[in-house]
Amino acid sequence: MGKPFSHSFIVEGRNFVQAGTASTKIKTMLKELGIDGGVVRRVAIATYEAEMNIVMYANSGTVVLEVTPEVVRLNVNDRGPGISDIDLAMQEGYSTATPEMREMGFGAGMGLPNIKKNADDLRIKSTVGEGTNLEITFRIN
Amino acid sequence: MNLSEIVKNLDLVVCCGEEKLQQQVTGGYVSDLLSDVIANSAAGNVWATMQVHVNIVAVAVLKELAAIILVQGRSPAEDTLRKAREENVTILSSKLPAYETAGRLYELGIGSRK
Ligand SMILES: Nc1ncnc2c1ncn2[C@@H]1O[C@H](COP(=O)(O)OP(=O)(O)OP(=O)(O)O)[C@@H](O)[C@H]1O
Ligand SMILES: [Mg+2]
Repeated sequence: MGKPFSHSFIVEGRNFVQAGTASTKIKTMLKELGIDGGVVRRVAIATYEAEMNIVMYANSGTVVLEVTPEVVRLNVNDRGPGISDIDLAMQEGYSTATPEMREMGFGAGMGLPNIKKNADDLRIKSTVGEGTNLEITFRIN
Repeated sequence: MNLSEIVKNLDLVVCCGEEKLQQQVTGGYVSDLLSDVIANSAAGNVWATMQVHVNIVAVAVLKELAAIILVQGRSPAEDTLRKAREENVTILSSKLPAYETAGRLYELGIGSRK
């Protein structure tokens, strides 16, 4: 693969019908780029969880996919309530999902832990009342 | 074992994906929590669930599941069916509850999820 590849996706808050579209497209793109199947699966899981968190908690957001010969990187940015206690949010089982979301099978409090488990590096920055940024990196080799 | 043998043995309704019933099944997973399925199911698994809304389709695509099995005789929501056809996801429906559906799958030798 020659020059870095990059693509950006818009994710709408609270749009549960559109939800999952960005992750599904990113999975297809990475396969077409010939990225190793194991890496593709890990990226797909992380993208899905990050995308769903925008849908559930934020007003709107973007997912930027970047592929270099060394890494796959996701930059996930949203405008929304932000996360006041990131350590708490990272704990498996912690969730502020509404009863309606839980009825749909969301709110296990596993999304951020799933991202961490599948990524080689995860950085979270968040400002309450403004939004959240995740930088998620996967090594290709 | 492939999907068509499972359909026959458990008397499942094929909601969509008739053309993909030759697919081999690697194991199974039962859960109604989507992130749990994302974390713990494996490619080629059948996934038994009560959830019928459209978001189950993305989970099946991303995890490359062999099929979704709706339990308790549930049918997919209309937009779920539409999306599943678009994305080539197979949806089956079992008259049995989740526990019995899983038990029957186990009897057929669909054991671990790997
Ligand atoms: N983008 C975000 N904006 C605001 N809050 C967030 C965001 N992402 C996560 N959170 C907060 O962190 C908590 C934990 O997130 P996590 O993804 O781990 O679990 P969940 O979304 O609650 O459930 P699951 O992902 O298992 O369906 C959320 O309940 C929410 O309070
Ligand atoms: Mg989540």
